[in-house]
Formats: sequence, structure tokens, C-alpha cells
Amino acid sequence: MGRITLDQVTKSFGEVNVIPPLDLTIEDGEFVVFVGPSGCGKSTLLRLIAGLEDVSSGQIRIDGNDATALPPAKRSLAMVFQSYALYPHMTVRKNIAFPMKMAGVPEDEQKRRIESAAKALNLADYLDRRPGQLSGGQRQRVAIGRAIVREPAAFLFDEPLSNLDAALRVGMRMEISELHKKLDTTMIYVTHDQVEAMTMADKIVVLQAGIIEQVGSPLDLYRAPRNRFVAGFIGSPKMNIFEGEEAKKHNAHAIGIRPEHLTASKEGGTWKGTVGVSEHLGSDTFLHVHDTGLDETITVRVGGEFDAHHGDTVFLTPEQDKIHRFGADGLRID
Amino acid sequence: MATAQSRSAARLMMTPAVVLLLGWMLVPLIMTLYFSFKRYLPLRGGDLGWVGFENYVRFVTSSAFWPSVQTTLIIVGGVLVITICLGVLLAILLDQPMWGQGIVRILVIAPFFVMPTVSALVWKNMFMDPINGLFAHLWKFFGAEPIQWLSQASLPSLVMIVSWQWLPFATLILLTAIQSLDSEQLEAAEMDGAPALKRFWYIILPHLSRAITIVVLIQTIFLLAIFAEIFVTTGGAFGTKTLSYLIFQRVLESQNIGLGSAGGVYAIILANILAMFLMRIVGKNLD
Ligand SMILES: Nc1ncnc2c1ncn2[C@@H]1O[C@H](COP(=O)(O)OP(=O)(O)O)[C@@H](O)[C@H]1O
Ligand SMILES: [Mg+2]
Repeated sequence: MGRITLDQVTKSFGEVNVIPPLDLTIEDGEFVVFVGPSGCGKSTLLRLIAGLEDVSSGQIRIDGNDATALPPAKRSLAMVFQSYALYPHMTVRKNIAFPMKMAGVPEDEQKRRIESAAKALNLADYLDRRPGQLSGGQRQRVAIGRAIVREPAAFLFDEPLSNLDAALRVGMRMEISELHKKLDTTMIYVTHDQVEAMTMADKIVVLQAGIIEQVGSPLDLYRAPRNRFVAGFIGSPKMNIFEGEEAKKHNAHAIGIRPEHLTASKEGGTWKGTVGVSEHLGSDTFLHVHDTGLDETITVRVGGEFDAHHGDTVFLTPEQDKIHRFGADGLRID
Repeated sequence: MATAQSRSAARLMMTPAVVLLLGWMLVPLIMTLYFSFKRYLPLRGGDLGWVGFENYVRFVTSSAFWPSVQTTLIIVGGVLVITICLGVLLAILLDQPMWGQGIVRILVIAPFFVMPTVSALVWKNMFMDPINGLFAHLWKFFGAEPIQWLSQASLPSLVMIVSWQWLPFATLILLTAIQSLDSEQLEAAEMDGAPALKRFWYIILPHLSRAITIVVLIQTIFLLAIFAEIFVTTGGAFGTKTLSYLIFQRVLESQNIGLGSAGGVYAIILANILAMFLMRIVGKNLD
């Protein structure tokens, strides 16, 4: 079981208020991702849940029990740190065994759990090495292994993939997702990378300056961002958002249209502009179009074979039903 | 240092230092060896010719030799144990954020800047004096008979004085080591269910092992040669004669340079045995 409830939780470091009153419920078995720009308080929030920081006010409940004052060890949560925080002088086996040793799990049970974790995480060949002799991805796995064997109520991950190279990151992303499917345990995952959030989450919590901007499934956030911040943060490349004449035509202060909801053509369309940079990814091409009179640049996704070069004139046409409208307060207008 | 040219330039520039260091070490060493095979009594005839191993035999067979080795080992061992145990505790304490941290740290380091002679005299006269010393007053305050520190408990007193001098060094090295411990490791251990004492035992102590090794090695080298503290307190009486003090007595009090030099060679051998022994025990921490 791992249902975590935050009730009017706040946190300040001295004078600095990092988390204003915040309510959040994380259901049992859910994969929740906290996403937001650096310094917005994601780690702080995670550490509050872990018990590594004391809340300034409010209540944290785990499975309905008040855990606000419980020490970290008593919350039955396992955490994977950004730096992995492996114990450098212990072998992989001892690292993984450490939480069980502290909990007084019998030797043969320890052995069984280590074997099964090592098998699940492809660590069997490395059990007798020290962390210093492992690659980044392997260290990551050891850290996860150390978390798994505790059989916690929930896993907490703090930017676990940010020290890995791009290819490894994609692989580990899938492994963690698969692990979640297999274990069916609550996972809270912190990242500043919206791609990780979109691909892994059941539920995304978008944070800015300690405030929850929106909570919802990846597609909810994609389809109906609650405000301009979420609209700009979720989706890659970013949504084009602009104010002015065009927005007024839609009775809004600003309108947004995602690059993939624009079509480009050389013959004719709604907006005319000149191509600045075109990024060819093979499957897709992203054109950065200038001089449309809407905004500095408008990004548009076209097919991989679309032939456009610097200085070419293109016409852009938005899909009318995919236009997002925002009021002067930044909130979405439906 | 990649090309032949830069290598030879480097050699040329290192030469003065190497020559100086070698001379510095080799000249006294060779002179010691030279004198150790001679009968050399400056006030009683000077150089009286070669005597082979006679000095070596006389030095070990003298009744003062083995007790002095024992005393040396007790002082070195005692000071090492005290400075490292207290050093670890103090380092942990000083690592905690607290008010007036800068001043406290300077105070803790201060004893290291006091000359050995001065600190030993201060201890002898201000603390350990059986009539006017602070300890005597303290004992009397509780109605106890003051201890004659430097005669009744001479070795423990010396260990105490020397430990006081070397504690700052150990603390300083261990403090920097503790500060380099990744706090996430401690937090991970906390989440893994390790209470404070177990965190100390399983995380902090292993992290400190390398620094402890360094403290042990450096201190051993210096502690084998302590002299001033003994000279100004007991003058080698009451079983406080270390090997280096014995050599001093042979050379200066008995005016027997040959015998003292033979003792010096034994001291070199003892230091090397001890160093190898220590390296063996702690060496695995220095990989
Ligand atoms: N121990 C601390 N003392 C003071 N300020 C802190 C402390 N930890 C975090 N902060 C501040 O809280 C804010 C949020 O930090 P953090 O939660 O680490 O952000 P994120 O993980 O989202 O990048 C930052 O502005 C940071 O400076
Ligand atoms: Mg962070």
C-alpha cells in the first residue's frame, strides 16, 4: 500500500518560502511525476515526503496514517538519489543488503531478495564489485536495487537519470517504467525533463515556484493546459504562444498553437513567413519561421521530406480546433 | 613531460632539490653509521679507533635498552589511540553547524602552535604540580590526596601532554575528511533505516579510514622522536626514557658518541619496522 496525501504542506528555509500551502494526493500504485524548472522546489517536496526535511506546517499522511513527525526510516519509503548515494566502500552486494541488514531481515531471505533484484536489474555479474568500478548506468541500477529489496510502500526518485547519457537515459526510462508495471508500487519521480514526465507518468504534477500549476495525465496536460506556463512547459518543441491581433480575432489575450498542429505549404495558407532555420530529424522537420507578424519565430512541424531552406517563403495554417486561448491572467479560456 | 627535451629540462631543474635532499639525509646517516663503528669519546681521548660491532652489542645489552623501546611504544601507541578517538569525536562535533564556529575551530587548533617545550612546561607547572597545580587543587577540593603526576603516573602524564599537542592535528585532518563526505550518503543510510550510531559505524568511519591512516603514519614518525616534553618534565626519570632520550643521554651525558650512534641506527631500524607494520595493517586503506 502506498497512498500519500499532502495536506496544506508548507516549507520555508528561514525567510525563504519554498513551498506555499500545497495539497496533493498520490494514489496507491500510481506513477506520479513532479516536473518543473530547476529550483522550483521539486526536490524539497520529495524530501518532505521522504522525511529528510521537516515540514514548516501541514500534514503528510501515508496510507491514512499521520507521518508528519515520523523519521525517514519509519515511513517505509525508498529513495533513489540523483548522485545515487551508493556506499563506496561496500560491494554491490553489501550495498543492496544494507537496508535489509538494518531491518534485521534473516540472512537467507536477504540472499533471496538480492538474487532476484540482481536478476531483474542485470546486476548478477557485478555483485562483488564496488560502486567505483561500475558505469553510471550500472550504479543507477544498484541504487534501484537497494530501493527494491526493502519492498517499500512507495519509491521516490530524484532526477535519477540526469547523470546518464542520452541513449542510456531512454533505456533506463523504460526499465523504470517496466519496473513500475511489475511491482505495481507507488512511485514518485522528480524531473525537470518534460519528455521523461510525458513518457513515464500516470499523473504529472507541474510545479512552478513551489506552486502546483496543474495535475493530470500526460494527455490531459497536453490537450488542455490550464495556463500559459503549463502550455509552454509540456510538449516538445514548445507551443507557439503569441498575443496581439491574431489573439483578438479569437477573443483571447493570447493564443497558442503547437508546432504539430500547424501545416506548412509553399502555395498558400493563413500566415505567411520566411524560413529561418530548418532542423531535419529524418522523421520530422522543424521549421523556425520568421516575419509572420505573430511572434519572433513560429515553430512548425512538417514531414521529414519537406523541402524548405533558409530564406524560403512558407504559408502556415493552424488546425482551428487545436488553438488554445488564454486570458490576460494567463489562464486557459474554454 | 612528453618530449625528450621537456624531460631533460625537468631533470635539470629538479637536480638542486634532489641533491640537497639527498645530502640532507645521506650525510647525517653516513656519519651516524661511521661513528657507530668507532670508539669516540670527545672528552676522554676523542677518536680511539675502530671497534667493529662493540657499540651495537653494548647498546642492546645495556639494562636501559628494552625498557626504553617499551616506553617508546607505549607513548606512541597511547597518543595515537587518544588523538584518533578524540579527534574523530571532535571532528564530528566541529562539523555540526553551530554559533561561533570559526572561533571554536581556532581554539581547537591552537595547541598545535604552542612549542613542545612551552606546552610541556605549562602542563608540568600549572596543571601537574603536586602543590600548586590545578589538578592538585581539584583533587583537594574533592578531599583527595593530590597525585604526584610526573613521578607516580609519569607515563600517563606524558601521554596526556603529547596527546594534547597532537589532538589538533588529528582533528584538523579528520575534519576535512568528514566535510568531504557526501551528505546524500548519510541521508540514504538514514532512509535505509540506520540510526545515528550505525551511520557512524557503517558510513562515516569507513569514509574516514584513509584520513585515519594518514594521521597514524604522520604522527608515528613524529612521536618516535619526541624529546623536549621528556626533557623538561621528568628528564628521563620514572620510566619515561624513550629510545631517542636514551641516545641523547649516551651522546651528551655519557659523552659516548659511538654508543649513541649505534643507538641511532637501532632507532632507524625500529622506525622502519614500525612503519612497515603500520603500512601492512592500514595499507589496504591507501589503495
Ligand atoms: N537547505 C536549504 N536551505 C535553503 N534553501 C534551500 C535549501 N534547499 C533548497 N533550498 C531552496 O529551495 C528552492 C527549491 O530547491 P529544490 O527543491 O532543490 O529545487 P529543484 O529540485 O526543483 O531544482 C531553491 O530556491 C533552493 O535554493
Ligand atoms: Mg532537485
